[in-house]
Amino acid sequence: MKTDYIGKPTSRVDGALKVTGTAKYAAEFSADGLTYGYVVSSTIAQGTIKKIDLEEALNLKGVLQIFTHENVSGLAWFDRSYKDEDAVAGSPFRPLYDKKIRYSMQPIALVVAETFELARYAASIIKVEYTTESHISDLKENIPNSFKAPKGKVGFKPPVSRGDAKEAFENAPVKIASEYIHSAEHHNPMEIYATTVVMEPDGKLTVYDKTQGVSNCQAYISKIFGLSAKEVRVMSPFMGGGFGSGLRPQYQLFLAVLASLELKRSVKVSLTRQQMFSFGHRPASVQQMALSASPDGTLQSIAHTAYGETSMFEDYTEVVVNWSGLVYQCENVEQKYDLVKLNTYTPLDMRAPGAASGFHAIESAMDELAYALKMDPLALRLKNYAERDQNDKKPFSSKALRACYAEGAAKFGWDKRSIEPRSMREGNNLIGWGMATGSWDAMQMKATANAVLTADGKLTVGSGTSDIGTGTYTIMTQIAAETLGLPIENVTFKLGDTLLPEAPLEGGSWTATSVGSAVQSVCTTIKEQVFKLAKKVKNSPFANADLKEVNFDNGEISLKLNPSKTLSITDVMKQSGKVSIEEEATTMPNPIHMLEYSFNSHSAVFVEVKVDEDLGTVVVSRVVSAIAAGKILNPKTARSQILGAVVWGISMALEEDSVVDNNFGRFINHNLSEYHVAVNKDINDIEVIFVEEKDDVINPLGIKGLGEIGLVGVAGAVANAVFHATGHRVYNLPITMDKVLGLSE
Amino acid sequence: MNTFSYTRANDVADAVQNGSVKTNFKFIAGGTNLLDLMKENVERPDHLIDLSRITLKEIEDTADGGLRLGALATNANTAYNQKVEERYPLLSKAILAGASPQLRNMATNGGNLFQRTRCYYFYDLATPCNKREPGSGCSAINGYNRIHAILGTSEHCIATHPSDMCVALAALDAKVNVTGIHGEKVIDFADFHRLPGDQPQFDNILEPGDVVTSLDLPKNNLSKHVTYLKLRDRQSYAFAIVSVAAALELDGDVIKDIRVALGGVAHKPWRIKSAEIALIGKAATVENFKVLAENLLADAKGFGSNTFKIELAKRAIVRALTEVAKAI
Repeated sequence: MKTDYIGKPTSRVDGALKVTGTAKYAAEFSADGLTYGYVVSSTIAQGTIKKIDLEEALNLKGVLQIFTHENVSGLAWFDRSYKDEDAVAGSPFRPLYDKKIRYSMQPIALVVAETFELARYAASIIKVEYTTESHISDLKENIPNSFKAPKGKVGFKPPVSRGDAKEAFENAPVKIASEYIHSAEHHNPMEIYATTVVMEPDGKLTVYDKTQGVSNCQAYISKIFGLSAKEVRVMSPFMGGGFGSGLRPQYQLFLAVLASLELKRSVKVSLTRQQMFSFGHRPASVQQMALSASPDGTLQSIAHTAYGETSMFEDYTEVVVNWSGLVYQCENVEQKYDLVKLNTYTPLDMRAPGAASGFHAIESAMDELAYALKMDPLALRLKNYAERDQNDKKPFSSKALRACYAEGAAKFGWDKRSIEPRSMREGNNLIGWGMATGSWDAMQMKATANAVLTADGKLTVGSGTSDIGTGTYTIMTQIAAETLGLPIENVTFKLGDTLLPEAPLEGGSWTATSVGSAVQSVCTTIKEQVFKLAKKVKNSPFANADLKEVNFDNGEISLKLNPSKTLSITDVMKQSGKVSIEEEATTMPNPIHMLEYSFNSHSAVFVEVKVDEDLGTVVVSRVVSAIAAGKILNPKTARSQILGAVVWGISMALEEDSVVDNNFGRFINHNLSEYHVAVNKDINDIEVIFVEEKDDVINPLGIKGLGEIGLVGVAGAVANAVFHATGHRVYNLPITMDKVLGLSE
Repeated sequence: MNTFSYTRANDVADAVQNGSVKTNFKFIAGGTNLLDLMKENVERPDHLIDLSRITLKEIEDTADGGLRLGALATNANTAYNQKVEERYPLLSKAILAGASPQLRNMATNGGNLFQRTRCYYFYDLATPCNKREPGSGCSAINGYNRIHAILGTSEHCIATHPSDMCVALAALDAKVNVTGIHGEKVIDFADFHRLPGDQPQFDNILEPGDVVTSLDLPKNNLSKHVTYLKLRDRQSYAFAIVSVAAALELDGDVIKDIRVALGGVAHKPWRIKSAEIALIGKAATVENFKVLAENLLADAKGFGSNTFKIELAKRAIVRALTEVAKAI
């Protein structure tokens, strides 16, 4: 059919807006009399502010106010007012709340002035005296003070052990044990965090914020400042990358709203690139893996321990170790996940939180075990393939991981691999082939969408979700257009506005499934109503027909058995005297299915590296990523998501490293010059395969999300390829030349 | 922002004159480094004297068969200049190993010499740094020093000079033509930048108000066997962990002339002429290159996270020379 869009490569509906600069981002909105805020960040990691001298700065003409803990009051008292949808256990950070410094680069003042340049200058002449106390910033050193990760974060499941992994390990003939250290990583989306608060003439606030959840931010502001939802409208029409960094309200939102309410002015607060290192990040971690097997490769035990960093005020948790118990068939599994409190901001979900770190360790250990067994690494995975979720003892709604292995291996040419390390060479380069498995949750959340069909056959669909660059606008437009059989150009999807029906936070790879289901549902309801009207029009060819007996396509309704009998949707509306049809629908996952099944996406990643034998430099020359994620809504945007994730994985494996200087307890390479993310030249061939995976259980669309799965196995596959090339295993990320050469750890 | 005056110099004399009457001023040309430093409050000049309109953009032959590079010719125009590509390919390669096309289109040859270090602590006002604030201390020595120096360091500073172009200029025995209050002078490139000593705030030996007008490349026979090997933490848009500018003049496999300069390892491009001279007349073999590498790194000292550079630099030297010896 002409208007079948689901599953077709469809270009981004917002593409033209983006490439022409018409798409507006949070810091690009303006208002009459707009003022500008600039944040002052602490230079120490632990202690108190003894004195903060604002006099000189306040005397500058055009400086309106400087907010500090000394002059901010009347805010909400209780932690619950500061908790947001993605909050974790503990006491959320409160900007400018008291004189205590809990981490380096903590915001300690907001200067508001008539121009940005003035605010920035004024911030530079504020004199702050601290009473410095000793800080804690070294994760590994502080493992003795670790504690069991508490519940508190939505979706966090503490790991559960089974069998007796210790005894099995003792008795097993083949075993390996190793430790993996990751430093923190920062999301570093291209767009910097910013909020523009427009003070409307009636005193209400219109807030343009960089966020992955407008309702989350609306609720946060309302609770803290004692406003009703009607007094705060939060909008986020476009986002220049999120990767999880926008799941929790950032402090510039708080500060901009505070200033706006106090000054009764519109205020814009934009962070600096350096300040992008002053909030959530992927936590540093230390992981210990021990695996044992019988000589034929059957896993006898898995032991996976992870220590993650968290802040002094909250306990951030993510699922790092549970994957070990999930992905492989094994009777004896010990899983432990502890936290260590450091003087840092609370970590924050970052693309495939937990899995990206956990799978690097699991899959490196599986590779190491394969060599100990003298077995092909892929054969070892297949030997221990889990048909069911091993943690929850449930079947998967679908799991086409075997197809990922088979199709990925075939495309890559894995069968031509020699098992021996250092067996392939090209000039100065050692060549290595590595592979890894990946998995991520395929979740669905409650979501609501509304839709309005007007007499001219145009459809507007809306839901308060966000598009962080992944293609939400496009896939929702596709779903709506196909469901109602309208040409895609007649459909508009709106998002990122608290006036729209509520959607879940845009994260966890659940937006396509959650919001997509709501969009499909509301459009189906409208379709039913149109059909009801169509049956009633004069001489209707559908008078006796059932909805199942007609097609909605290209703006027309036709009988399946007699396609010449048609009525256009515009005719139906006109003849029925309808100006518009408006509907709203809420969807949520099937609760019975939720109990009966586990829902996961899977991947198999194959990587070729070229490692300079003398210099240790690593080039990822080839990647094949095979993905099983249900039905693919839009192969074009889907492929882009996986390509981006693979690039991210290469970056994570080889480059990304937020370095803490333990003398200062401070991220010291806090700029994009020294915090390296992959550049174009680092990236070579990447092949993406979507394997066929039919899933009738998960949701009516049969889809799973794609936001995280593309990243999960990449770092492990790169690490394994480096080992295959060199015979030297680098356990700690990033894999830099000095580590490859064994000159650094 | 910090207020500053802005003056456009009409010619070199005007620039020198302006420089002689102003204090706390900076010359600005492409501005690719200075503007960043000003935004970060690392540099806070009261006056900017803009050199960019002065006609010092030519690249022309010198009487003795060398080449003169105007101080205001851009890095891009220099790297892609036919004479540079043919006669001094080492310089082209080094320039193109640095920054990005956009930056190279803005950045000038003179300005390249004045790039300031990329030391994390130099950029972070929350930490002590003797180069930024003399006497405040060096945070890098006992801190994170992956990108720091292993040669010519002092107890006051272990910063490196970040330029790639300068490493090639050092290898090519370039001369820096300078006009100052007291007239013109010519400085050997090897003497232009200085080691930190107890005054790390000074990157070079120029007097206030001195203007670099051009760079002279003397005639040589080093256009055949050259390479610029840059090792870095990603393949583009990163400063060198270690870089090697290497050039050979060979007679069969006998070394007639040899140049090796290192980047990313010291406060200035690192070259030891005596180590090079020791190889002249000897065969271009890996063993001989290893001897040179050992000599160049003999006084190297690591500070923890940069200690690997000592071994890496040796390997890079041997690799670079082996590659160029092979090239026809």
